Amino acid sequence: MSLLELENVTLKFGGLTAVDDLSFSVEEGEVFAIVGPNGAGKSTVFNLISRFYDPYAGKIRFNGHDLLQVKPSGVAAFGVARTFQNIELFEHATVLQNLLVGRHRHRTTNLLSEVFFSSSAKRQEMENREKVEEVIDFLDLQAYRDKMIAGLPYGVRKVVEVARALSTDPKLLLLDEPASGLSVEETADMRWWIDDIRRQMGITVLMVEHDMGLVSGVSDRVLAMADGAKLALGTPAEVQSHPAVIEAYLGKAS
Amino acid sequence: MRIVFKTDYMQDIRPWKDGYQLSLYLLLLAVAIAAPWWLDDFYLGELTNVLIWAIAGLGLMVLTGHTGQASLGHAAFLAIGCYANIILVEAGVPFMIAFPVAGLITGIIGATVAVPALRLHGIYLAIFTLAMSILMDDIIVLAEPITGGVAGKYAPPVGVFGFMVDRWGTPNEFYWLTLGVVVLVTLGYINLLRAPLGRSFIAVRDSEVSAQAMGVDISRTKTISFGLSCMVTGWAGALMGLYAGAFNNETFSVVISIQLLMMIVIGGLGSIHGAFFGAIVIGFLPQFLSISKEYVGAVFGGSTVAIPGLEFGIFGMILIAFILFEPMGIYGRWLKIRTWFELFPFYRKDMFKRQKSYLKTERLR
Repeated sequence: MSLLELENVTLKFGGLTAVDDLSFSVEEGEVFAIVGPNGAGKSTVFNLISRFYDPYAGKIRFNGHDLLQVKPSGVAAFGVARTFQNIELFEHATVLQNLLVGRHRHRTTNLLSEVFFSSSAKRQEMENREKVEEVIDFLDLQAYRDKMIAGLPYGVRKVVEVARALSTDPKLLLLDEPASGLSVEETADMRWWIDDIRRQMGITVLMVEHDMGLVSGVSDRVLAMADGAKLALGTPAEVQSHPAVIEAYLGKAS
Repeated sequence: MRIVFKTDYMQDIRPWKDGYQLSLYLLLLAVAIAAPWWLDDFYLGELTNVLIWAIAGLGLMVLTGHTGQASLGHAAFLAIGCYANIILVEAGVPFMIAFPVAGLITGIIGATVAVPALRLHGIYLAIFTLAMSILMDDIIVLAEPITGGVAGKYAPPVGVFGFMVDRWGTPNEFYWLTLGVVVLVTLGYINLLRAPLGRSFIAVRDSEVSAQAMGVDISRTKTISFGLSCMVTGWAGALMGLYAGAFNNETFSVVISIQLLMMIVIGGLGSIHGAFFGAIVIGFLPQFLSISKEYVGAVFGGSTVAIPGLEFGIFGMILIAFILFEPMGIYGRWLKIRTWFELFPFYRKDMFKRQKSYLKTERLR
């Protein structure tokens, strides 16, 4: 059984078909990339998996559960974490607080024990801190631990978003353009991290990315999309040389 | 600058940074407890008033400062808390039970109102809550058999641990009662902020989509925030009723709602300190104005006739000045001054450059 399965998913905004009868599945332990020109519906696929949009038709299953049965806030509980294309961090909080919000799905205390900060609330905070510090060590964020997000440079924010997603202890990590706006060095770092996330942490990665260097460097399989539909699916080399993909990017030879 | 060397997670989880900071707050508490011995009755009364406003400010701060939901209707919840408390006391319920229950009632009503209200965002939520505040006036008049309508109600002396407490008869005891409530509410607030629920409030304020992606249920979080906020506001209302002695439908008018919101903006949104700083401004400004008016009158020989609307004019100007020059409020300014001294002479003007004001709940819609 695949970890994530999309089956004939269609989404329409009025007359526009954003995702057109799309089916694919992501296997456990792989890095799966989605590529395609702007407006191909890549981020829309992410938003469908996050349940921000309801599909017009089709099924989305994660780990055997029907994702369409849960609320947007329920997706995280299954172990799906994500980042956003236009960074969506909690601006007026420190990096540490941002990462601790990522632990929210593991909350076991209730309102009363939190107001009185009972020993169970204290124990939970210690555990959360331990997990979060592991992520901070992994992504080299020690220097920014107590800094406000509002004052951080773009490249660091990008990493903090990945860190926050990792803090949730996910099975599947959705990365929406992890390298957009990053320098060459930062992109190289991101590449090693994605590799380590898969190898050391055993997390399956599904990412949308334009940087073909990064895509062919880390991903096992690539899905190419255009106008909401599947163009090609296969290894990075296969997809890059596929005639339909070349046509979608460069146009038809006359 | 004091640098704390951290060797333990508890150092971050504890509400105080180090022993020095803790001792400063304990000193402040000791000075506050001793206030009846170093203040005369008039100023003690004013200080009590400031503390009551601070409780109300803490209530609104949960909702507006930390969850990002503006409310222009919190006077309605002050009224509910006030009436619930007095009606229960008149029915023979001991004050020590009536007071917490009054807060709970307000909280439950608040959470119920929140369910439809929180489908609205930003300015629409503000309009909805403003309407609620206006409606409360009429509801009190209409429910005359319970509330006493326009004639109003009088607050009887209440028993606390066997002492009879009354605003005028025993101002010291009433002050300590208020101080006790302030300390308990503040401690609860601090605890909330270092626990998952408080962080989920901040998450909802700053980015609803990513809060959702982290597993935070938006409407549930907002409802809890509204409920908690109203509960604390209800306690402030109950104390306000006891402090005023007599109250009717006009005591908790829309003006009080607006003053409350102004107070936390001036104090500094999103900080517990802000509620207290704002309460000091709101509480002492009328006194300050009347004293300075007398002074101006004595020096320049002008008349001391009351100028209508002077107080609100000055409030308005202060508010505009803060929004223009210091959106982070008095607490934000205090942080800058402290940083200036800590880093002297290395403070840079743009160190706090990137801060924006809160209240941008519409951003994602």
